Amino acid sequence: MITYLFLAIFLILIAYFIYFQVFRSEEVINSPYNARADLYAEHVVRGDIVSSDGEVLAETVVGSDGTESRNYPYGDMFAHAVGYVNNGKSGIESQANFRLLRSHSFFLVQIMNDIRDEKNQGDTVVSTLDYRIQKAAYDALGNQDGAVVVLEPSTGKILAMVSKPDFDPNTLEEQWDSIVSDEDSSVLLNRATQGLYPPGSTFKIVTALEYIRENGVNNNFTFDCEGSVEADGQVIHCYNNSVHGQEDFKTAFAKSCNSAFATIGLDLNLKKYASLADDMLFNKNLPTSLTTNKSRFSLGTDASTGEIMQTAIGQGKTLVTPLHMAMIAGAVDNGGVVMKPYIIDRIENDGGIAIRNYKPSEYGSIISEKEAGILQELMEGVVSEGTASALSGQSYDAAGKTGSAEYDEQGHSHGWFVGYGSKDSYEDIAIAVIVEKGGSGSSSAVPVAKKVFDTYFNTKS
Amino acid sequence: MIHLITEFSKYLMIILFAVYTFYSYTVLKQKDGSPRAQMIYKRQTFCIFLLHLDAYTVIFANTMEFRMWIFYGAQVAFILFLFFIYKVVYKKSTKLIVNHMSMLLVIGFIILTRLDFTLALRQFEIACIAAVLSIFVPLLIRRMKALRRFTWLYAVIGILALGAVFVFAPVSGGAKLAIFGVQPSEFIKILFVFFAACMLYQVRDFRQILITTIVAALHVLILVASRDLGAALIFFVTYIVMLYVATRNPLYFLGGLGLGALAALVAGKLFSHVRVRIQAWKDPFANIEGGGWQVAQSLFAIGTGGWAGMGLYQGMPDSIPVPESDFVFAAISEEMGGVFALCIILVCFSCFLMTLNIAMQIKDQFYKLIALGLGTVYGFQVFLTIGGVTKCIPSTGVTLPFVSYGGSSLLCTMILFAIIQGLYILRQDEGESDEKSNTVQKSKKRKTIKTAEQTPGKTGRPKNDRNDRSGSGQRKGRKSRFDEEDIDEIW
Repeated sequence: MITYLFLAIFLILIAYFIYFQVFRSEEVINSPYNARADLYAEHVVRGDIVSSDGEVLAETVVGSDGTESRNYPYGDMFAHAVGYVNNGKSGIESQANFRLLRSHSFFLVQIMNDIRDEKNQGDTVVSTLDYRIQKAAYDALGNQDGAVVVLEPSTGKILAMVSKPDFDPNTLEEQWDSIVSDEDSSVLLNRATQGLYPPGSTFKIVTALEYIRENGVNNNFTFDCEGSVEADGQVIHCYNNSVHGQEDFKTAFAKSCNSAFATIGLDLNLKKYASLADDMLFNKNLPTSLTTNKSRFSLGTDASTGEIMQTAIGQGKTLVTPLHMAMIAGAVDNGGVVMKPYIIDRIENDGGIAIRNYKPSEYGSIISEKEAGILQELMEGVVSEGTASALSGQSYDAAGKTGSAEYDEQGHSHGWFVGYGSKDSYEDIAIAVIVEKGGSGSSSAVPVAKKVFDTYFNTKS
Repeated sequence: MIHLITEFSKYLMIILFAVYTFYSYTVLKQKDGSPRAQMIYKRQTFCIFLLHLDAYTVIFANTMEFRMWIFYGAQVAFILFLFFIYKVVYKKSTKLIVNHMSMLLVIGFIILTRLDFTLALRQFEIACIAAVLSIFVPLLIRRMKALRRFTWLYAVIGILALGAVFVFAPVSGGAKLAIFGVQPSEFIKILFVFFAACMLYQVRDFRQILITTIVAALHVLILVASRDLGAALIFFVTYIVMLYVATRNPLYFLGGLGLGALAALVAGKLFSHVRVRIQAWKDPFANIEGGGWQVAQSLFAIGTGGWAGMGLYQGMPDSIPVPESDFVFAAISEEMGGVFALCIILVCFSCFLMTLNIAMQIKDQFYKLIALGLGTVYGFQVFLTIGGVTKCIPSTGVTLPFVSYGGSSLLCTMILFAIIQGLYILRQDEGESDEKSNTVQKSKKRKTIKTAEQTPGKTGRPKNDRNDRSGSGQRKGRKSRFDEEDIDEIW
């Protein structure tokens, strides 16, 4: 018996060791605390990072005297997504650090290089980023600050990730001191994954779903909007004090009526509301290997009337990242299923032979398929008769929700659009756009989304 | 070019060690001493020397220091000396354990030379001293029939030494471990096993079990108070295993484990350093700058090394805290590869199996318990260190026997194995008398049976036993003497 007991514990040791090497080690050794990367660099020239459509996004240029320098052909455009390697690491450069410093060149070539004391060429990281879309999003955002995330709901592939203000990774070393010494500067922050913004009216997606869960789809909701609503001395205004008049649930959502949704909020079961928000990945680490911040939602059962009304329309204490909103939009499009977002598609050796493919992986359903269908209908209404009508009548079908998220007492707001588009023979895409200080979502964020949709759906990939 | 040599040698070492390990298990099918088994042992020896030469070629290629070759030569001489001791002086010793000892020592020398030449040299010196000392150990066991008389001497020395550590030792690495560079807990392990064996080898009533358990618990508690959790666990598990085997009562075993789990829970609540270890085990990366640092670095090393390893001098084992002792397994895994590391686990398990095998074949309950206890000490220590380094279990800070740097650890392990070898020789003696007795005259056989009937303790006379309790040490000594003569005669 003692023999078997010890046999068992030794088998556990062996099994755990194998498990670690096979399943865990990749994630572990990629930690920025692992100083061993530099060792590889002694024998390997850091590999390239390329886009899914073959554009080189980062490469190492070896001078005639053997000095190496990292070159980013598109400069600022991929600054946050691709990242940098000097002064610490970020983006794909950080995430795929070990991959870039491993060489799977043909083994005879490696032996020859060893004999001649030359370095091997590191593997190439093929990202999911699509140059065309990245460029469209980057150009559309123009000189405004903000972020754009575009992903494929059915796989979780990130097709574009733009954050502004940005920096030129080619000259980052020279700029470093001034960036770091300027405490107000946030150019290094990837707003797409780490920027925390009030969601504004885009949060009505969550509020609407909770209302439908409690009252059914065929609720007899009607509301007469007078431009503002008052409860317990707290007043909520519609955007620009617009008077929406008599409206049903779908219209209230399409027109993004604050008065209606603040009123809805007061009827909600706050416990269930908070648990729905948690299910929709608020207060959680997003299921992705990208560096993200947790979105926040907090509404205790003892919350004040004002707080409830504010929260219901996406103000209050709620904060979200653009990536998170794109994932929610993607889940609505994808029948409630969230695919884990990823940015590295595969690793190839320098000869283009795939070493490793990263497969789409499902996080799970955050809402039911039926609920996704209901939300789809609501979000289509926003395009057909609501605040995102600029997207109607195109070669593709778009759906979404706009938002104008107030960030100061004077009522200045960031513009939001989150949604998705589809067209026959194209994969659907989901998008989240935030334009800082852009005012209404309709006027600032929707045009950006439109340019991205146009580029994606009107050119053959 | 150097890189190429290193790479090539890396794979050669992995292959050699894998072949060696493979033989460690296939040889179990052969009858010990058969020509086929002898041939396998020879091949294993060949693997050891080739792996050793290969490693030092790499070491020389990377350091270009001639002293490495001198050191290498000295090690070869040492290994030959070790073989000589066991092969010639003690003809009947088990060759497999000798091979394992040599292999693990060689691996230790290799990785220590790579990490720190001075440490490797010190380790080598200690190994030499230990080898010389261990010449006499099997001899001692065969001649000293009185070993089982010193029951309370073992316990008193053990508790005094551990107590002294608790009172006087400076805190190093969060625990009180050593006085004047000597780590008594390593040696007390052996004494403790002897004590438990003395108490338990003919125990039948609950009172004696209770006394033994209290003394054992005292050992464990002092160690816990000194924060030497690894040693405390080893003592604890060893005692539970010995108690179970001595009484054959699974209740003691399960009860002991349950009690242990309860104690662990209480310790987790009471002691912050236990909590830190557990936290570091659950998620070393959550507090990587604090308690998680060691384990995280170890995992970086193992993970980065992968299956094939980085090659000697190609990794960063220095970034792991104490890579030469508690975390030597991570350093080996990083530079010599995950396959190599797995082979170490398998070889250690083979060592453990051999000790159990010996224990099972010994008829004398006293020796059986010693072999079993020492085997458990060894096996569980391997589990603790490798499990801790790989984050399979919380890290407890114990050394990998034979491989880790540490004078006390190495000396103690070599003596431990010398004792086991001594017991093995004893078993062989038993076996030989067994063969003899088959051909021996019948008249003697009759006498034997008669003696056996008279054997106290074996037949168990509880009343008498209780009366004799007061002078138990002395009395038991006499009894056991009797037993031994019986054994000689019975067989």
